[in-house]
Amino acid sequence: MAHFDENAKPFSNQWLNDRLAIDTVKRVLSTEYWIPKNINFLWAMGMILAATFGLLVVSGIFLLMYYKPDANLAFDSVNYTIMSEVGFGWLWRHIHGVAASVVFLIIYIHMLTGIYYSSYKKGRELIWISGMLLFVTFSAEAFSGYMLPWGQMSYWAGMVITNLFEGGSLELTGLVEWIRGDYVPGDAYLMRFFMLHVLLLPLVIIGLIVFHFASLRLPHVNNQEGEEIDFEEAARLYKEDKKKESKVIPFNPVFLSKDIFVMGVYFILFFFLVFYNFDFAMDPVNFDPADGLQTPTHIYPEWYFLWSYEILRPFPKDPGLIAFLIAQVIFFLLPFIDRSSNVAPAHKRGLFVIWFWVLVVDMIALTVLGKLPPEGMFNTLGTVAAIIFLLMWPILFVITKFEKKL
Amino acid sequence: MREFKILAVVVFFTLLVYVGVEPFAHSQMHAHVEGHDFVYDGTADIEEANTRVEKTKEALEKAKERLTEVQSIENSPQEDLVKAQDAVTKQENALAKAEETVTHKKSFWANVASIAQLDVNITNGEMSFGTCIACHNGAGINMGGVIPPNLDRIGSLYDKNYLIALIKDPAMASNVDHKYANTMMHPMGSVMAMVTSDQQIADIVGYIMQNKVGELEPKAAFEEACVRCHAVRYAKVTQLGDTPEFKEEKDALAHKIKVLDEQALVEAYMGKLPPDLSMMIRARSPHYMETFVENPQTQLPGTSMPRVGLTKENYEKVKTYLEEVGDPSKPAREAIGPWVILFFVVFTILAYLWKKSQWKDLH
Repeated sequence: MAHFDENAKPFSNQWLNDRLAIDTVKRVLSTEYWIPKNINFLWAMGMILAATFGLLVVSGIFLLMYYKPDANLAFDSVNYTIMSEVGFGWLWRHIHGVAASVVFLIIYIHMLTGIYYSSYKKGRELIWISGMLLFVTFSAEAFSGYMLPWGQMSYWAGMVITNLFEGGSLELTGLVEWIRGDYVPGDAYLMRFFMLHVLLLPLVIIGLIVFHFASLRLPHVNNQEGEEIDFEEAARLYKEDKKKESKVIPFNPVFLSKDIFVMGVYFILFFFLVFYNFDFAMDPVNFDPADGLQTPTHIYPEWYFLWSYEILRPFPKDPGLIAFLIAQVIFFLLPFIDRSSNVAPAHKRGLFVIWFWVLVVDMIALTVLGKLPPEGMFNTLGTVAAIIFLLMWPILFVITKFEKKL
Repeated sequence: MREFKILAVVVFFTLLVYVGVEPFAHSQMHAHVEGHDFVYDGTADIEEANTRVEKTKEALEKAKERLTEVQSIENSPQEDLVKAQDAVTKQENALAKAEETVTHKKSFWANVASIAQLDVNITNGEMSFGTCIACHNGAGINMGGVIPPNLDRIGSLYDKNYLIALIKDPAMASNVDHKYANTMMHPMGSVMAMVTSDQQIADIVGYIMQNKVGELEPKAAFEEACVRCHAVRYAKVTQLGDTPEFKEEKDALAHKIKVLDEQALVEAYMGKLPPDLSMMIRARSPHYMETFVENPQTQLPGTSMPRVGLTKENYEKVKTYLEEVGDPSKPAREAIGPWVILFFVVFTILAYLWKKSQWKDLH
């Protein structure tokens, strides 16, 4: 039995300390959570993601009050009720739509930062893996949310993506019907994706965010040079007010002050998009109500899925599906494919820096080609880009195996 | 400075993705259609007909090649030979027909242009206009697929050349002649038997342009031009116009039955119930909307939607109305936007000052 100060006034600092150890919690998670000083604005992407997720939750709650998960009512509840009858309904919808798209841009920047600075190895593997789990869950969240306005693109993207579960030549039509709850997307389908979008997947995401943060606490955040810092020694210097000599800063308030500044810049851009350029996040095709009898001329996913869509598309059915599956899981394996023990920015790692930029350019090429109609030259380029993507991984294994130790 | 270099790299690749998946991809996905600025002189129609001739020529070449191929094979089955021969004949007939259409359209629109030059007699025009009232009587009764429109303000709403063409040959004017072997089958086809001389057409249109005019609000322009076929459920507008308020449910249901009956007639005429236009302003790009309304065949070849002949000014009104219904938040968006952005600019400046004060002793 712990010692309780009987004279402490209820809810005073001492009283709370006895019961919740708030001073210790504050120290461990905030004022003495040490972050390397040698960082740039890319280190703020995590907090920007957290803030964007917050915006998605809040705007989502407001939308949820008026959305009707029914194949006959969904389209009008979004496009009429929310957009013209609910006060500021349009603002919540545009925030939700733009945030859902922009969050992936930030996720990709966050991931590529991690790859560039080798922040996925030597103690940081679980940070990387939990981050990848978040990426996959966010993808499922985005896809399920895309079904809800029940427009043409919701319906047909739903049809195409659930068809993938047929497993090519395995012809698992029973599995596809089980997922849809019907032969084609309909009411049962819409209801279950609604449930996934507003309950199950957000719960999983919140759990994973906690895990992602927890996995960061012991290995600490990486820094611009990949330097291994003696955190205890650096913290001692900082606390002795030798701030110039110390290599670390406390999370709160020093690191946070920079995060919040970067966040401010981000929000200026974000709300510019919300008010003046939201069309990129809301495909015009989806403003036509779902119609199972009329296929749109072009069916394509949202921009953040295009690169993996393009890995599926240029190949025949079965190899395409296998390539697609590889694309989905290969990033999870990055800490184990990279055989070098160097933790350093890519430009100090020899051939790795070339590998990194080829990966970036190839994924952008796949993204653009994934939206273009698969005809003529675009088809050829798509096939080449997809093959390059698949070859990148064995190449990474080889070049990191022979990488000079720093 | 390192931070700015990194920012430049991030911005560059972000813009590259944006340009690739938005403007570039869309330019590749949709064939570019040139508008004609709401001038109805048949240029677009003749171009279309010429394109069909070119396409038919290509198809004929292919059919001929196939025939030569079949003939060159020894002992090729009689069946294949007949099939290839039939294909050639079919394409030859199609080509003759396509060429005939070009000639027909050229002479038709040249004729329209000459009618537009004739001196008009308004009094004669008023007399002849009486023929129109037989059908365009405002009774709201469907005739041959649609309710004949009210003519009170058509002089303001539609283009003069278009009206001349419409009286001369309704199917040619609305560019749906491919639907009719004979224009007399068009709901307004009978006009061709009633108004027969070019002078008479010129007089009627002269009378219309002078007397059948009036100011049109966006909603009125939209209702007169589009509502005979299209409903706008978010504005409670059906093919019968505004839905009245009913106190009794059975009256509301009776009205609904009337709407369904009217829709069935429109559907039988058009082949498919024309889409509800509530959300159309967000479902199509501004360029698509403009070129589609000006000449539906350019964006949807073979569509049964007639060209309606709106002037540019009235197209803008129709667009305004569709925006009011389909994108009602636009004024609020434009009013609040700058303030929200200003808030975050101030927020960012304050955050920067705080950051500077926190980091000043660190280096």
